[in-house]
Amino acid sequence: MGDKTDVWQGTLALMILKTLQALGPMHGYGIARRIEQISGNALLVNYGTLYPALLKLEQEGYIASEWGASDNNRKAKFYRLTRAGRKQVEREARQWTQATEILARFLKPDEQKS
Amino acid sequence: MRSLRALLSRMAALFNRSARDRELARELESNLALHTEENLRSGLAPRDARREALLKLGGATAASQIYRERAGLPALESVLSDIRFAFRSLRKNPGFTCVAILSLALGIGANAAIFQVLDAVRLRSLPVPNPHQLARIEIRGGNRGFGITSDNFALSYPLFEQVRDNQQEFSSVLAWSQYVFEIREGAQKYRAEGLLASGSFFDTPQLAPAAGRLFAAADDSAGCASPLVVLSYGEWQRSFGGALSAIGSRYHIGDFAFEIVGVAPKDFSGPEVGRRFDFALPLCATQLFAGGPKNSPLLKRDHFWLAVIGRLKPGASFEQASAQLLAISPGIFGATSPSGYSAAGLDEYRAFRLEAVPAANGISALREKYDASLWVLLGMTGLVLLITCANLTNLMLARASSCQREFSVKLALGASRLRLARQISCESVLLGAAGAAIGILIAQPVSRLLVASIAAESSSLQLDLHADWRILGFASAIALIACVLSGLLPALRSSRAHPGDALKSSGRGNTSSRGGFSYQRVLVAAQVCVSFALVAGALLFVRSFQKMISFDPGFQEEGILLCQFDFSCVPHIDRSAMIPFERQLVDDFRAVPGVQAAGFTTHIFLDGSSWSFATRVGASRASSKFTWIGPGFFDTMRIPVIAGRDISVEDSESSPSVAIVNQAFLRRFFPSGDAIGKTFRHDAEPNYPEAEYQIVGAVADSKYSSVRAAIPPEVFVPYTQNPSPSPSASIFVRSSASLTSLGRSITQDLTRLHPGLEIEPHIFQEQIRAGFIEERLLAAVSGAFGSLAILLACLGLYGVVSYMVARRHREIGIRMALGASKSTVRWMISRESLSLVAVGLAIGVPIALAGGRVVASRLFGIRPADPVTLVAAIALLLSVTAVAAVIPAARASRQDPNVALRDE
Repeated sequence: MGDKTDVWQGTLALMILKTLQALGPMHGYGIARRIEQISGNALLVNYGTLYPALLKLEQEGYIASEWGASDNNRKAKFYRLTRAGRKQVEREARQWTQATEILARFLKPDEQKS
Repeated sequence: MRSLRALLSRMAALFNRSARDRELARELESNLALHTEENLRSGLAPRDARREALLKLGGATAASQIYRERAGLPALESVLSDIRFAFRSLRKNPGFTCVAILSLALGIGANAAIFQVLDAVRLRSLPVPNPHQLARIEIRGGNRGFGITSDNFALSYPLFEQVRDNQQEFSSVLAWSQYVFEIREGAQKYRAEGLLASGSFFDTPQLAPAAGRLFAAADDSAGCASPLVVLSYGEWQRSFGGALSAIGSRYHIGDFAFEIVGVAPKDFSGPEVGRRFDFALPLCATQLFAGGPKNSPLLKRDHFWLAVIGRLKPGASFEQASAQLLAISPGIFGATSPSGYSAAGLDEYRAFRLEAVPAANGISALREKYDASLWVLLGMTGLVLLITCANLTNLMLARASSCQREFSVKLALGASRLRLARQISCESVLLGAAGAAIGILIAQPVSRLLVASIAAESSSLQLDLHADWRILGFASAIALIACVLSGLLPALRSSRAHPGDALKSSGRGNTSSRGGFSYQRVLVAAQVCVSFALVAGALLFVRSFQKMISFDPGFQEEGILLCQFDFSCVPHIDRSAMIPFERQLVDDFRAVPGVQAAGFTTHIFLDGSSWSFATRVGASRASSKFTWIGPGFFDTMRIPVIAGRDISVEDSESSPSVAIVNQAFLRRFFPSGDAIGKTFRHDAEPNYPEAEYQIVGAVADSKYSSVRAAIPPEVFVPYTQNPSPSPSASIFVRSSASLTSLGRSITQDLTRLHPGLEIEPHIFQEQIRAGFIEERLLAAVSGAFGSLAILLACLGLYGVVSYMVARRHREIGIRMALGASKSTVRWMISRESLSLVAVGLAIGVPIALAGGRVVASRLFGIRPADPVTLVAAIALLLSVTAVAAVIPAARASRQDPNVALRDE
């Protein structure tokens, strides 16, 4: 159950979950870079927002974390999806697709006329 | 679900805050390193690489702050930190903390203890279903000692039968009486409390057996063919270890064996609060003990011995029940008129009316006796608690104003006023909680001690004193009140601090504003006032008890051994042999070495019992107390014969009936004087036909059944002329030897001479003093509370004066530098405290007077507005508070003016 009123938090949570689904276990820095890359650098991930969001997902049991070594052997905290997290990604993604489709119809007045 | 999980993990995080912070720092650090590395790889200069990464990371402090808020529960955390802070600051002031907690614990503990006893005696309902439906059926206003009476509100068995058969508002009625029996278990004998109970005894309150079955109506039939007994749960455990095999076995009471049919429920300790029972017999069993159906108390119309309780039908009210009982009363009392009474006596009997009163809490002689005292004590403990609160408020105020600077700084740094108020309240809540916890611990032994001191009088006293939710609730409630009372004012005041103050002054103004100070002065004056009222009350009770102890009852109880004896088991003593046997007995008593004088009597002074007849002299008629005595009785008791002669051995069964009367009798019947030689008559009662007596002597007045009651007209008749002697009586023995060992040798000698005789020696003075238990209790407990109150008030005064001296430190220094003498300074300081005490006393005296009127009925031989007591209380309070005021004043005058001036 995400915090639906806080849209940015909600979308950030989905982005994190989706990133972890796509790339597997990943540290905070990697998640941030990935989100920025995918958005074509349109989004700037603030760590003051990222870490609390990660913490919240962890408290809710969607992701788990452990310390590990990065590619170049640096210690970093890796996040991975839990089973509940995998289900949550599906559910959230479906909801978002639905929501954006509906919104898209409103934003395309031409189709309505024809 | 998910949010609950998150909440739990956030709460868990409260406990490892620093570990969590370190973890985030590490994570951010690793993040920075990863970023720097990547920047390096993309070709940035090492210095720029790190700088860029740092920029990207943003404010690490802000991030960790947001993170921290998400990780834990900030609102809860700040409360926890307030509590931690309060805890720390209390620990930093162990003196203050100990005094505060201890005084609160004493206040709360005393209140909880008194409440616990009061609750057990007064407030708790009987453990039966729907106790509010139970009503006691009694004679309105009591039977005023008519017939043979165990309790003025008891009924006779014929009356109980009539009520049972004629009432309509009760679904059922029960009757019982409680006695002490002798139980035989093999060769061992012990005493047990037995209930004689009607067949409906367990049905009416709807009690269920713990084992076997309880009485049914058929068990209490006229013949009592197979006598049964129901054990109490306690007796079942004690004598049979709770074994089920007990059911059906024999239980020996006196000379009779009863079959055990069942066990009463565990929590049912009997219908009388404060008195346990061991077993219950059906009422019909009384005829066994009475030696056959002919003597059965069940037939006696003038024996009032049964307490009667009914269960109201659903929907019926006490008013309806009383109205119906009133309507059937003339018929009932008409149908049960006892024989052997004079016409006037019968008229009195037929005028009795029945009524129903609520009995949900059971009935209790204990309650009638101690109820008022317990309420008085609860009131006193309440006042002590108030003083405690005032004291604590004062201490907290003093602390709060010494923290004024700290608060100003905090406010200037942005703390909210609410937060400051919360910080102060936290301290008082912590103190209150600790005080309540210790108070509850104290309450247990204190209430047990109270009950034990009441129990000295009766061995069967049993009160349920376990600490239950009522006690806990009561203690918590008063602790909460104490917290609010003592914490609110300091919290409000300290949060009013002004941020500018901290910056403006050094906090050591010359004379300093007196805003906060006036609260403390008011509080101290109030403390003095309340503690004065308590001390005056305590002195009243102490003096009242002293008066009672030193009261001259008209006889000399010192050096008297009271021997109660029963010779119903001595063989060959029938009715005609009784009087010779009694004469022999007195002679045998006198023969015991150490006995100086001995006298026979049927009445024991001051034991609460009474025997009276309606007495007539000509047309004048009044009730007089009758006592049958032997020669030497007045001599033994040192009651002076003021006219005529004493009873002599010549006054026998066959000689003319003679009597000796007391002064009250003379005042009542012979106001003009000279009664010797005159005659009087008493009305007929069962076994005591009307008779005429000639007055041959007069004795000085002595107290009869209680010290509090006025001396009634009394008649003393030779025991040889008693028309209905009973095989039990008392002999008073005077001796200057040790009464304890004398009692032993009397018992030895007499039982050797008369096998089967049962003698119980008591030291008379001790027995009388045991009757003053209520007065002693009031004096001791109120004395303790009064001392506590005075101590607390002194602490308060001392604290306030010391505080004032500290605040005016510089002013005093300047005055002394300008030439003020030490005595001027001392007087200046003492004047302040004296004025507080004076104000407190001025308000306290009328309060003490009003309080005295409330407790007037508990006092003996002293008026509530006794001037000696008031003056003594004022002197005591003044002298003790003077000490509390003089110490800081002396300290102030000893200070070196240079120190104060240099201190700038």
